[in-house]
Amino acid sequence: MSVPADFYLTLSAVMFTIGAVGLLVRRNVLVMFMCVELMLNAANLAFITFARELNDVGGQIAVFFVLVVAAAEVVVGLGIIVAIFRRRVGATADDVHVLKG
Amino acid sequence: MTPHLLAATLPDGLTFAIAGVIALVGSLGVVLSRNPVHSALMLIMSLFGVAVLFVEQDAQFLAAVQVIVYAGAIVVLFLFVIMLLGVDRSEAIATEPMPAQRLMAVGLGILALVEIALLSRERWPLGAHSVAGKARGTGHSNVYVLGRSLFTTYLLPFEVTSALLVIAVIGAIVLARRPRTSAGPTEGEAAAAEAGGGPLVDAGELVGSGAPSAERRVEAEEALARAGDRIGEPVGEQEGLTVVRRPEQ
Repeated sequence: MSVPADFYLTLSAVMFTIGAVGLLVRRNVLVMFMCVELMLNAANLAFITFARELNDVGGQIAVFFVLVVAAAEVVVGLGIIVAIFRRRVGATADDVHVLKG
Repeated sequence: MTPHLLAATLPDGLTFAIAGVIALVGSLGVVLSRNPVHSALMLIMSLFGVAVLFVEQDAQFLAAVQVIVYAGAIVVLFLFVIMLLGVDRSEAIATEPMPAQRLMAVGLGILALVEIALLSRERWPLGAHSVAGKARGTGHSNVYVLGRSLFTTYLLPFEVTSALLVIAVIGAIVLARRPRTSAGPTEGEAAAAEAGGGPLVDAGELVGSGAPSAERRVEAEEALARAGDRIGEPVGEQEGLTVVRRPEQ
């Protein structure tokens, strides 16, 4: 018998919380982006756990689409970061407080 | 009945424990590392731990995708941007603009954690199964089941994601493209350098209002080449543009 789903869900909750706290605490935009990825991974783990627990492949389909959307999000987000930091020297989120270039 | 880790068989329990610890340590490392490069490497560690947990739960295909796409492509993209921008210096922790925010963030995190943990121990409301199909017990492999569901039931979302990826690529190119106005020596400058005979490192400066178009710039370069090398004097004027020869360095 494999590990009960509660442990996986608790682990997923802990990982999600670490990612959320990191997003709030850190100032470096790239590290904040990585924390978003952590939260997405925690959600993926919960999806996979439910897919196993309920014997339903729909959870795995959801994870597939989350992966695709995360890849697109990272590409666009890093493009924005590169465009912003090409004209500024600061690397923290507080340095980006105006929308107008 | 409370579930217990000992209810699992030893290999399953050990795998869960080791991979879970790896994923947790990696997650903490992402948040606590001062250096963004270390954060990215810790993120890879966390992703590998989660991939092992995917395999443990009969999601072999997604585990492979996790390692290949996330660890292989996305984190490498992160590292590429970190090193491209040269922002791999440490964060100035001492100059915290809002000291209370850190405390509040940790409190909020603990609150959310307790809430989710309590919810995860409840019985989950189970309705009808989705249209996706069973994950196990079909007699086929995980890749077969997933692919069959993806290319029949979820065909339209799958096609929409391809459009999404194309849009993302175009958006990234548009965002990261360097504007052409501040480019290096243009063809006009090269032609002016040949006509003038000398090495024109910084051929001319266009003093005027408005953005000069390419043709006007070429005209200015030609006027400059005709005028020889009277440094500093105005050498030509067209349509409100004054062409000045810059002293060579």
